[in-house]
Amino acid sequence: MLFKLSLSNIRRSMRDYAIYFFTLIIGVSVFYVFNAIGGQAATLEMSDSQYEMIHLLETLISGTSVFVAGVLGLLIVYASRFLMKRRNREFALYMTLGMSKRKISAILLLETLIIGVGSLFVGLVIGIGLSQLTSALVANMFEANMASYKFTVSGGAIVKTVVYFAVMYLVVMLFNSFVVTRMKLINLMQSGKKSEQIKLKNPVLCVIVFVLAAALLGYLYYQVGWNSVRIERNSALAIFAAGSAATFFIFWSVSGMLLRVLMSMKNTYFSGLNSFTFRQLSSKVNTMVFSMTIICLMLFITICTLSSAFSIRNSMNKNLNELCPVDHELVISYDTGIESEYDDITELCKDNGYDITADFSDYVNFTTYSDPAFLFADSLGDAFEDAQAMYSFLQYDTPEQLIRLSDYNALMELYGREKLSMADDEFIMLCNYTSMINLRNKGLSVGAERTVFGQTLKSKYASCQDGFIDISTEHINAGLIVVPDSVVSGEVPDTEYFIGDYSSDDKEAAEKAVHDGFDTAMRTLSANSSNEEGVYGSSNISGYGWTTKLEIKEAAVGLGAIVAFLGLYVGLVFLIACGAILALKELSDSVDSIGRYEMLRKIGAEESDISRSLFRQTGIFFLLPLVLAAIHSVFGMKFLIFFLQVFGTNSIASSVGLTASMLLLIYGGYFLVTYFCSKSIISEKR
Amino acid sequence: MELLKIQQIEKYYGSKSSLTKAIDDISFTVDKGEFVAIMGASGSGKTTLLNCISTIDRVTAGHIFLEGTDVTALKGKALNKFRRDNLGFIFQDFNLLDTLTAYENIALALSIQKKSAKETDAAVKTVSEQLDIKDVLNKYPYQMSGGQKQRVASARAIVTNPKLVLADEPTGALDSKSAKLLLERFRYLNKECGATIMMVTHDSFTASYASRIIFIKDGKIFSELSRGDNTRKQFFDRIIDVVTLLGGDMSDAL
Repeated sequence: MLFKLSLSNIRRSMRDYAIYFFTLIIGVSVFYVFNAIGGQAATLEMSDSQYEMIHLLETLISGTSVFVAGVLGLLIVYASRFLMKRRNREFALYMTLGMSKRKISAILLLETLIIGVGSLFVGLVIGIGLSQLTSALVANMFEANMASYKFTVSGGAIVKTVVYFAVMYLVVMLFNSFVVTRMKLINLMQSGKKSEQIKLKNPVLCVIVFVLAAALLGYLYYQVGWNSVRIERNSALAIFAAGSAATFFIFWSVSGMLLRVLMSMKNTYFSGLNSFTFRQLSSKVNTMVFSMTIICLMLFITICTLSSAFSIRNSMNKNLNELCPVDHELVISYDTGIESEYDDITELCKDNGYDITADFSDYVNFTTYSDPAFLFADSLGDAFEDAQAMYSFLQYDTPEQLIRLSDYNALMELYGREKLSMADDEFIMLCNYTSMINLRNKGLSVGAERTVFGQTLKSKYASCQDGFIDISTEHINAGLIVVPDSVVSGEVPDTEYFIGDYSSDDKEAAEKAVHDGFDTAMRTLSANSSNEEGVYGSSNISGYGWTTKLEIKEAAVGLGAIVAFLGLYVGLVFLIACGAILALKELSDSVDSIGRYEMLRKIGAEESDISRSLFRQTGIFFLLPLVLAAIHSVFGMKFLIFFLQVFGTNSIASSVGLTASMLLLIYGGYFLVTYFCSKSIISEKR
Repeated sequence: MELLKIQQIEKYYGSKSSLTKAIDDISFTVDKGEFVAIMGASGSGKTTLLNCISTIDRVTAGHIFLEGTDVTALKGKALNKFRRDNLGFIFQDFNLLDTLTAYENIALALSIQKKSAKETDAAVKTVSEQLDIKDVLNKYPYQMSGGQKQRVASARAIVTNPKLVLADEPTGALDSKSAKLLLERFRYLNKECGATIMMVTHDSFTASYASRIIFIKDGKIFSELSRGDNTRKQFFDRIIDVVTLLGGDMSDAL
């Protein structure tokens, strides 16, 4: 009996529940799809390091899932509470008929169960279907081969989805039961009869609050947009909190002022159905100030996360070609001031049983130097004090890295990049890390003097030149000084480099051969040394390492893909949540307003006018939080670009475009569904 | 001058097996400037008749002409436009938009007709004086009494200068004092402003304010009364006589 009642309740209020059910299904399927990525990736041909990346991605997704579950859980509780409020009259009827609260609880329990099981089932089916497509996406993102397509179902992901959602539904059930025990018959019965009360906020107060909130936002925008370097982690949180508060007050005051402003424009206000449209809108916004704030912030986070994630991925791939022109880089660093017994890495390897030149077609050996008396602080010149004030966290007492002009040009020959030339008393500053360039440029001018190893050199250029020596995917050269060969002659090298291209076409085999050979050579060197002389004997090696294009590429592509996936995951869930909250409110408002539209028809409003009014209401309602979120994002992105510079992100246009299209698809989708559902609700013949 | 002409209209509900004749061959005419009441017991078909005239419902057979236009032939947009430009409605439950102030409720009827804000303002001012609601113009429906609400609704109905004002049980939700006040206003609108009013009611007191009464029973015209030179009291007594004749549940309305 109870079951039948529950089922018929759901069927009857399908109109209200449809968007809730729809959202749950999307939530379940998104949850499954992302948690099943590991399983999908297993069907692909991948290298070990790519598997590691996928594994990392899986771990990160499972961590993120806890957060996502939290967001979805809150959404579900909000939605079910919202839908329950709409049924107060029905509960009142049950209670007047003598049904106990326990029974009402049981009905709600059953309803939640039916909806839960239904949405889980449908969501999982859709999720399993969608996740077949993610194989292709994973393959594309990680640049792996899709050898053969195989239909896969991830049992682990299913169990996880079911458990997480079961917990969420359980919370909803507990919550509902709690609400039922606190229901009072008199309140329930009166709940439907209360006619709408229109409270206009004090306009003066609204204007004051608006001005204050806007000023606060302006200040925060300035902080994140133009003063971002001073922001530390704690103050970033404080700025976000202050921004959230300002957002709330903007909505609060706008909801109070909006109508008055519109009302003062008499010709617009008293044109067509405008007065009705604006009133409807104003009452919606008035009751949704808090929700709108949350939605605005979620949209803001989504826009920033997605844009950053996509641009990190894009620039990762792009930089690879520019910043990693050769296959292999070996580096050995020495204790300062003590001369190595080997001329270069080639000789070191040869003497320890590995002929490194055999594995390379093209290569260069070179060294870099550092002058303990020429520090970062000295190199900045006049800009030092400014720099210290702005970037207090930098280490100003590290010696600058120096390279001989001839060595640098030899390397550029190998890299296929432009060579440099200069007079014997000049130096050239190289740097490609944007904020560092800005910092260093302040102290540079043509002829600016610096003393290196006791010699005074003049800057050839008024600014830093683009250049680097280490292969990477990021613009991370924070400063390297090219000096005339004569300046460092007789000085002890700081670091030795060996950089080159493999002779073999089988890059993976070559990488392994070089890796093994170099490793063996270093071990031999170490084994032949006596303990008194240090690990690497009289060579004074303090450390060594290597980087290869293959490693860099996989890491870069993998990192880009991980960031993109996580961004997508969080972004999708946030967008769904935002869309669902607005849609629920709008649809239930439409149900409440059926009578008003009926009325409009009776006094002769045309159907097209009514549709336009509804479209405007829904549109503005969806647009309001989006507009503020977009404005926030402009400055948020300005702040993030500062960090994205490391990844060489100069243009975020394409990733912003991609974000906008995702937003349009999901948020816009919710808008359209809401509009058409509302339209069918209000045109229903009673 | 003949304004409204009802020609042998019929309205059937239900299927062939269980047919209900809500209106069964009714014909009459209303002249310009008349104040007609239609009386009948619940279920007699009086509201159906009003709905058909107001184009909210469609007749099964017959024609309704308003100033020569056959409204039963109108469809879709033309129907909406016709209703908007020619008819004014007053409902038992006021049907004011609770989100709008009285002023805005009245103005809405004009702005739907795409009148300018200036014209609207002037018209609202005038009509609010006629209906004595100047001091509630900036109030919301929930801040007004039933009588005030109904007068605002009436103002909305006549502000567009409709050819015909249709009122469905306008006093049904009002206490007797408010009802009397409203009816005085109706008479004022009819006499001084020349509004043609057609009102459906089952209340004899309400009907006694009209200049002519059409009694309906079981979907047919049962009788008709003209006020002539009678005072309202005399007219009321004559109504009671007919109502007694009508019998049935109509007599509860005494």
